[in-house]
Amino acid sequence: MIAWLLALLQTLLFIAAAPLLSGWLKVAKCRLQNRSAPSLLQPYRDLAKLFGKTLVLAEQASWLFRATPYIVFGATALAAAVIPLVAVRLPTAAIADVIVLVGFFALARFFLALAAMDIGTAFGGMGASREMTVSSLAEPALLMAVFTLAMTASSTNLSTAMQYTLDSGLVLRPSFLFATLGLMMVAVAETGRVPIDNPTTHLELTMLHEAMILEYSGRHLALIEWAGQLKLMIYAVLIANIFLPWGIATTFSPDALLIGVLAITLKLLVLIMVLVLVETLLAKMRLFKVPEYLHLAFLLCLLGMLSHVILEAG
Amino acid sequence: MMLENLSLYEQAILLLAAMVLFTSFALLAQTRILNLIRVFAWQGTLLAVTTGMVAVVSGQHHLYISALLTFALKALLIPWMLHRLVLRLDIQRDVESVVQPAVVLLGGAALVVFCYWVALPIVHLSALITRNTIAVSMAVVLLGMLMIITRRKAVSQVVGFMSMENGLFFAAMVSTYGMPMAVELGVAFDVLVAAILFGVFFFQIRASIDSLDTDRLNRLHEVEE
Amino acid sequence: MSLAFAYSAVLAALASGIVALGADLRPAFLKVGSFALLGVSGVTAVIGGATSLLTGSVYTAQLPLGLPWLQWHLRLDPLSGFFMIIIGLVVSAIAMYGPGYVREYQHGKQPLAVLGLFTGIFIAGMLLVLIADDAFAFMVAWELMSVSSYVLVAYQHQHAANRRAAFLYLLMAQVGALAILLGFGVLAGAGKAGDFSFDALRHAQLSLSWGSVAFGLALFGFGMKAGLVPAHAWLPEAHPVAPSHISALMSGVMLKVAVYGFIRFSFDLIGNVHWAWGVVTLLIGSASALLGILYALMQNNLKRLLAYSSIENLGIIFMGLGLAMIFIGSGHPALGVLALIAALYHALNHAMFKSLLFLGAGAVISRSHEGDLEQMGGLIRRMPQTTVLFLIGCISISALPPFNGFASEWLTFQAALQAPMLSSGVLRSVIPVTAAVLALTAALSAACFVKVFGVAFLGRARSRHVRHAREVDFGMRAGQALLAVLCVLLGILPTWVVSALDAIPQLLLGSGLPNAAAHGWLWLTPISREMASYSAPLVVLGVGFAWAIGWVLMHRQRSREQLRRGYPWDCGFGALNARMQYTSTSFSMPIRRIFAPVWRVDEQIDEVADKVQPLRVASIRYQLQIGDHSWSVLYEPLARAVLRAARLIGRIQTGSIRTYLGYSFFTLILLLWLIT
Repeated sequence: MIAWLLALLQTLLFIAAAPLLSGWLKVAKCRLQNRSAPSLLQPYRDLAKLFGKTLVLAEQASWLFRATPYIVFGATALAAAVIPLVAVRLPTAAIADVIVLVGFFALARFFLALAAMDIGTAFGGMGASREMTVSSLAEPALLMAVFTLAMTASSTNLSTAMQYTLDSGLVLRPSFLFATLGLMMVAVAETGRVPIDNPTTHLELTMLHEAMILEYSGRHLALIEWAGQLKLMIYAVLIANIFLPWGIATTFSPDALLIGVLAITLKLLVLIMVLVLVETLLAKMRLFKVPEYLHLAFLLCLLGMLSHVILEAG
Repeated sequence: MMLENLSLYEQAILLLAAMVLFTSFALLAQTRILNLIRVFAWQGTLLAVTTGMVAVVSGQHHLYISALLTFALKALLIPWMLHRLVLRLDIQRDVESVVQPAVVLLGGAALVVFCYWVALPIVHLSALITRNTIAVSMAVVLLGMLMIITRRKAVSQVVGFMSMENGLFFAAMVSTYGMPMAVELGVAFDVLVAAILFGVFFFQIRASIDSLDTDRLNRLHEVEE
Repeated sequence: MSLAFAYSAVLAALASGIVALGADLRPAFLKVGSFALLGVSGVTAVIGGATSLLTGSVYTAQLPLGLPWLQWHLRLDPLSGFFMIIIGLVVSAIAMYGPGYVREYQHGKQPLAVLGLFTGIFIAGMLLVLIADDAFAFMVAWELMSVSSYVLVAYQHQHAANRRAAFLYLLMAQVGALAILLGFGVLAGAGKAGDFSFDALRHAQLSLSWGSVAFGLALFGFGMKAGLVPAHAWLPEAHPVAPSHISALMSGVMLKVAVYGFIRFSFDLIGNVHWAWGVVTLLIGSASALLGILYALMQNNLKRLLAYSSIENLGIIFMGLGLAMIFIGSGHPALGVLALIAALYHALNHAMFKSLLFLGAGAVISRSHEGDLEQMGGLIRRMPQTTVLFLIGCISISALPPFNGFASEWLTFQAALQAPMLSSGVLRSVIPVTAAVLALTAALSAACFVKVFGVAFLGRARSRHVRHAREVDFGMRAGQALLAVLCVLLGILPTWVVSALDAIPQLLLGSGLPNAAAHGWLWLTPISREMASYSAPLVVLGVGFAWAIGWVLMHRQRSREQLRRGYPWDCGFGALNARMQYTSTSFSMPIRRIFAPVWRVDEQIDEVADKVQPLRVASIRYQLQIGDHSWSVLYEPLARAVLRAARLIGRIQTGSIRTYLGYSFFTLILLLWLIT
């Protein structure tokens, strides 16, 4: 019972902390680019503002358009619920393994793309088409990285896999090196960051994700934005906890949990700094350069898998 | 073999082997000539580090010298010579187009699996911990060859050739803990001489066919169509 | 007892065909009598199949039909029972759907009697294939199925394209049947002489090389019928041109009969499978899955697209079967069971959602008279209920949780991830790559069905007919609703399905999947709880929970405000119209560019410059034709070779009667010489 309660708490913490992570990203990016930064809490204020606004719907919008934000948020929140954030061995982790997790993202994306096409504007269709293209190339790379992990730990269950990495101590695995790099590249593509997509762009022709949600306003937009922040955090936690699980709580004692919270905070801070560095150093690439980028990500994950088979299990 | 049972040094050797393999793929995918040379230099550096690691694990002192030599030659001298050559030939901005890069890379991955399959019987003979890297070094050799086949520009082909040599060196080191010092020195200077000769050849080729595109040599075929 | 249900299903299907003969006098014969009998056939088939599958029992019988020395052996076991359930469910849905749908053909040029008669024979043929227990009965039923479906494909024969598709279909079906017949021949040659019952074939002692020959023939024959790459080109020609409920039967059910035949032949009759056969099957399956969905993405005709996507799904099923063979052949029967169950589960799921999608496509086409996606749009407002049902089909086929397509693909992934158990390192590294291909396929199919649903049902109507489409009648919606409900249930309760399927591997391999439902019906744990677990009911609950919280939180705010409607963003250029939307072609353009070598793309852009200002483009003509490589690489050279051979053989036809008599004379001499 206490485990279920903890799982619920962890999920709520996950959802509540997601805007904070985006806030930190913005702050770090501004500092690095020598600009004055907004407050760390700005994403919360933005969400609150959007929730308070009146909804304006396009005249063509059908029920699907109105249902989509809830589905997107629900699927993403559920994905957050199954990922060990501060503690492993929580009961929710068994609901869905990592393949189902990818399925949740696919579900959210499916509806978002449909909602974009619902209005019947060229932008919506363009965003949907590009997003589906990019994601269909990213998904195999993502699963390949995950398979490397699953084959090493002989489990697709995130909690069990993290436990396995923890138990085996410090082992230099070539496969993990490649899989981490590949997963990072995929994460950048899937969360719509530079160099694949620019989340702050307002030039229609360069948008991927933003083109899809162009017609959303008010609380719908707030939910979608929140889900986007959640997705960024999910990927960050995945990378941090799968490959460097140290610090995560294995028992439910208060001090273990506290260490878990501190550890994940530290890991996320560092990871976001890496992302910020990448975003600052690189420019957004042309749409048809994206396949090359994703091929490289896939190759990395494939090499990870091959080096697992050849060098580690041999 | 369980990875967990190996010492950290041995694990590091495996990790470095995987990274050498990755640089081979990077060479295969890289289309800009200066970047190509840079990746090649990295491959040399990794090779030198691996040699140093093997020296630590096996306790054979001549390997330290060989590591230093590798670093000096393959990470510094040859890349520097190639770099200078590219600048003097004024081709540093050339971008080579690889036909179907994704297919070439997947073909490379298939080559790795093939090498693994071929190397299996050899692996069973060796008792060294690094035996599994034989497949990797073989893959590095074949990937270098694949690079020579898929490229047109003479400079990239030379880099491919050099990386083949890297693969051979790597194979010798990981499967038998290095060759006798005399052989190693000989090979190292052979490569150096080859690099210098290639430099001369580049100018010759360009002087005679006005390009470093080796496809132009097709004109020399016997039968007129 | 169970066989009695199977008999009555066959007889009811035949009776429905006979009743339909009166349809041209009075359409009620077809609409009421014939479809009611089909309903009876469907329900009895489900009952018969379920009794065998759930109890795991085998029923056999012999009927005094067929050749004098070879009675028809019939047998209903869990494997055939399972496929009989698939047929029964889809036939039941069609029985509800049909009466409303055939109204469209009532005033057409073709006689309704033909449609009804051959539908009945077609279904009876498929049922007979399942219960046949000797090679002779099997081939008779197989031909009954093939030929009657040929007539249905050629039903609207006033279009030359349909006649050509039907001819191609018949040709391919016959070539495939020939290979199957030869396969039976190889088995029979090794067994007891003159005994063609499956029992005798099962006990035949085959050497590995003869086993491989038999397997190769079976893979060719059944694979051709199942539309596997590279022999797939007939399928997207033939399936779409039949009336939609027949397309649903062909794509949803008949392809499954081919899968049944393949399983029966290789797992049951040949018996000890070799792992290398599994590798071949796995590779062909992966190629079919990937190429099938890539071809589907490029289609603009709704039914053609669905047909191509059938190739993809059959590819996934054969991937599962290939994995099963690899695991069984290398001594891991428990893992083989997992892969086999994944394949069977996907077969069931594909039957449900593909039939649903074909029925939905039929509903749309019958109301809008438009099969081209480029002309559709905005149907969500005109046909709201069909839209919801079609959406369920789209989500299921895109393998999204918690719907059924996901459950079976998840099991396939789990099977593939057991590759580290194998001793061969090459297999260990190849199988995960095929799993990545499966992931790519699933992602592309999501893109494909976003395109289908987004272009056809969302946005604005692109043509007049579509703008005035009306919702279909109750029966047609009920038929689709039955399948949609099954899609949802099969997705939410995978543990039940997997435990129900357990009888089939018990029969074929002697072991089941003991751990799959060991932790209660909530948790699906194919190998063990530590390895992987998935709880679809809790996923549904979780989404519902998140939704409920959101709804409660939003409710206060919602009651205060009223909704504002505005114009969508048009860049300030004024009103948007339907022609400004993204079309089906433009949606798939990025993918066309990335995977360009997969298709034979012929793209032409002609720009006409303005006369006064030469830099301004006055008009643009854009032509795009996307072809299938298999035509130019496989079919056309083959057709040319056949023609050339025919011309050579044609030389013996001189026209002189004496020459012909000479042929007979020499044949006679030769025969006499041979027998002495």
